Amino acid sequence: MEATLIKHIGHTAFRDIDTFVQGGGYRAVEKAFGMRPEEVTEAVKSSGLRGRGGAGFSAGMKWSFVPKESQLPKYLCCNADESEPGTFKDRQIVEYEPHLLVEGIIICCYAVGIHSAYIYIRGEFAYGAEVLENAIAQAYSRNYLGRDILGKGFDLDVTVHRGAGAYICGEETALLESLEGKRGQPRLKPPFPAVVGLFNGPTVINNVETLAAIPSIINNGADWYAAIGPERNRGTKLFSVSGHVVKPGVYEMPLGTNLLALINDCCGGIRPGRTLKAVIPGGASASVLRAEECNISLDFDSLAKAGSMLGSGGAIVMDDSTCMVKVAHTASRFFYEESCGKCTPCREGIGWVEKLFRRLESGGGRETDLALISDICDNVKGKTLCPFGEAFSAPLDTFVKKFREEFLEHVRQKRCPFGNPPPDPVH
Amino acid sequence: MAFEFTAENQTEFERILSRYPQKRAALLPTLYLVQKQHGYVCKDAIGFIAEKLGIEPVQVYAVITFYTMFNLKPVGRFHLQLCNNISCMLLGSEKLLAHLRSRLGIGLKETTPDGLFTLSTVECLGSCGTAPVLQINCDPYRENLGIEELDRLLDELRASAGDAPAAQE
Repeated sequence: MEATLIKHIGHTAFRDIDTFVQGGGYRAVEKAFGMRPEEVTEAVKSSGLRGRGGAGFSAGMKWSFVPKESQLPKYLCCNADESEPGTFKDRQIVEYEPHLLVEGIIICCYAVGIHSAYIYIRGEFAYGAEVLENAIAQAYSRNYLGRDILGKGFDLDVTVHRGAGAYICGEETALLESLEGKRGQPRLKPPFPAVVGLFNGPTVINNVETLAAIPSIINNGADWYAAIGPERNRGTKLFSVSGHVVKPGVYEMPLGTNLLALINDCCGGIRPGRTLKAVIPGGASASVLRAEECNISLDFDSLAKAGSMLGSGGAIVMDDSTCMVKVAHTASRFFYEESCGKCTPCREGIGWVEKLFRRLESGGGRETDLALISDICDNVKGKTLCPFGEAFSAPLDTFVKKFREEFLEHVRQKRCPFGNPPPDPVH
Repeated sequence: MAFEFTAENQTEFERILSRYPQKRAALLPTLYLVQKQHGYVCKDAIGFIAEKLGIEPVQVYAVITFYTMFNLKPVGRFHLQLCNNISCMLLGSEKLLAHLRSRLGIGLKETTPDGLFTLSTVECLGSCGTAPVLQINCDPYRENLGIEELDRLLDELRASAGDAPAAQE
């Protein structure tokens, strides 16, 4: 299987537009310009490409929801906020394939009739932002961006916009608020961004990986793409693997790749002398899988059926030296730090859950804390404006349910059986 | 003292403004620019930005406090930001933190008396495959860190500091 998204990972040469063009880059733009915009959208729709940000919604459908005629300007926001713990895939595209992303952006904007695009990149990726700025400047200098692109009468401006350290800004409506210069707190939907988005204009919001997949779909055809991966889960996907494996990293594999095969064949297996204990398969918002559940196909539908999710494709692998109470506490502290505070169940609920996990890991927990955590999680689920409530309540509850014995052992021994010191208070 | 952009940063500010259809959208990049010039966002700068962007000072303040990357107080010349999320924790970030605390003699959110180092923990930096990870100011990440690399890094930073004044983005 030839890589299409991170072909040049580790090689900085393809940041240069000449090298990129010599390797066949920007050909998809020329091809797309020879098609009618609605044909481009149709190709993306029939390719089966589903959004790579986590929700897995059909990219072509998303584009088609934007009204053709609009009084207000339409916008594209490329979501490069990559902040889901365990995920580091978009950064590879940004740093090693910046022109592939720009190419995907141009094609999307042409298809939807957009003349202004923003790449919202997390603030910590200052270096990646610089790489993108340089690539965009080069694209302007070759008239792939700017006025009357390639003499086809199409105009497009692309701006890199840095976030400033807030996980929630990866949520699409929070991203819009942040881009408008406000606190990144999610908006109520509807109206959906496709109708009322950035600066109130119709807006497409796509993940970096989604947009980077567009050029190869245009070059090779929708049928080519639709032949990769299982039914309803087409194309290759970037899997970020971290934790206790021999060779952590980002691997491009077809959707439907087996999780154990990813760990053993791509990542060289679990580190020597240890055995697999658990995997968080799709970033911290995905529910943990026990070792015996890891013989599973990595695609949207299979993971949803197993009560977890593909999410961002960020797999955190844990061996038998890992204390699951500590992992659960670390995850809860993250969500506590990052709750935007807009919805009461989320803001208050995650604070309580973090305190309970900390108490359990410190050895002061009670058996009733387990039911209390589940009860709080249950009361957050479905009661928040944005998916953040689900993002922490489902996985944190799952830790308690799947590793109940380990939690009880902490209560019985009045300490962490793995010998971990009590966690620091949240500052 | 009233805050003003340097001539160079005023030009940069105008370039930033030109990229957005609404002035307020330039707030985050403008805050970065202020921080680049001044090291942190002082009270005078808040009023200055509000006036430039046609919003209220409280709207600027509300944004500064929502995000983690803007400083309302001066920070050390090297702001050490250690990731302590799951993957980094699994691969030993806590040992690194303990080491930093004892070597620098400061706690979290504190600055060494010489103004060189401020120590913070941060949530996932998005580099879990090269855990544990440290970011210094806004520079490229320091990855796959162990205690020895960390010690070398601190020495390197101290040496590079020379007599230069404190305060960075």
